[in-house]
Amino acid sequence: MSNNKPRAKISPANPKVGDVIEVKTLVSHVMETGLRKDKNGQVIPRNIIHSFKATFEGEPVFSGDLYPGISANPYIAFHMKVTKPGALELTWVDDAGETLSTTVSVTVG
Amino acid sequence: MVMQLHLETLDRRQFVVGAGAAAAIFALFRSIPASAEKPQDFDATFKSIVGDAETGDSGVEITLPEIAENGNTVPFSIAVESAMSKDDYVKAVHLLSTGNPQPMIATFHFTPLSGTADVSGRMRLAKTQEIVAVAELSNGKFLVGKQMVKVTIGGCGG
Repeated sequence: MSNNKPRAKISPANPKVGDVIEVKTLVSHVMETGLRKDKNGQVIPRNIIHSFKATFEGEPVFSGDLYPGISANPYIAFHMKVTKPGALELTWVDDAGETLSTTVSVTVG
Repeated sequence: MVMQLHLETLDRRQFVVGAGAAAAIFALFRSIPASAEKPQDFDATFKSIVGDAETGDSGVEITLPEIAENGNTVPFSIAVESAMSKDDYVKAVHLLSTGNPQPMIATFHFTPLSGTADVSGRMRLAKTQEIVAVAELSNGKFLVGKQMVKVTIGGCGG
């Protein structure tokens, strides 16, 4: 996951205070289920992103506990109510303990 | 039973062969359900979320393709009607599968800052099945939505 840049986009891009905006996120990850076997019949160990979290200026907005039923390269879209301008922090954690994060700055037009 | 009735007409050798074949057939039948992957129990998972609480069946809208051609990536969208105010909001939405090896697909947690209890993503589905979304409200109530989806080529496992 090291050279992996998660992507996030808000729409509308220039919201007003009080608007509910949509946040679309996408991250590259194999999301290995732990149910598949390699060609030697050995079970491929599970490695999925099990946790996703979104906070705005430290306040929780949305989070997800993910299981192997979520597709590879997880796409998650959720909403947020804009109360002020600030930073929306997004964090993903996988079974190997690797953490990915990105920040979207929300400017109020 | 039948074999016992005809025992007198069979010599010992025939009986042994016959009994062996019957045992082999019996073993074969037994091995079919034993070798198939046993899915974790959907009912048990559902119960672990809802407990003994009463559930309503309105207000949860699940949007899925009618036919999912590729079970590896099936788009979903769940929307729950809610004011999303400080005292009345959707705490979580649990997304469950009735036909995957593991019933839990995801649990999404909301706050009043979410603005609306609406989430989209992509999931894996092993076969044609019913998808169940359980919304957990801040007042302790539960709302359940269900939607069938046809899967042409299953995802998951291998």
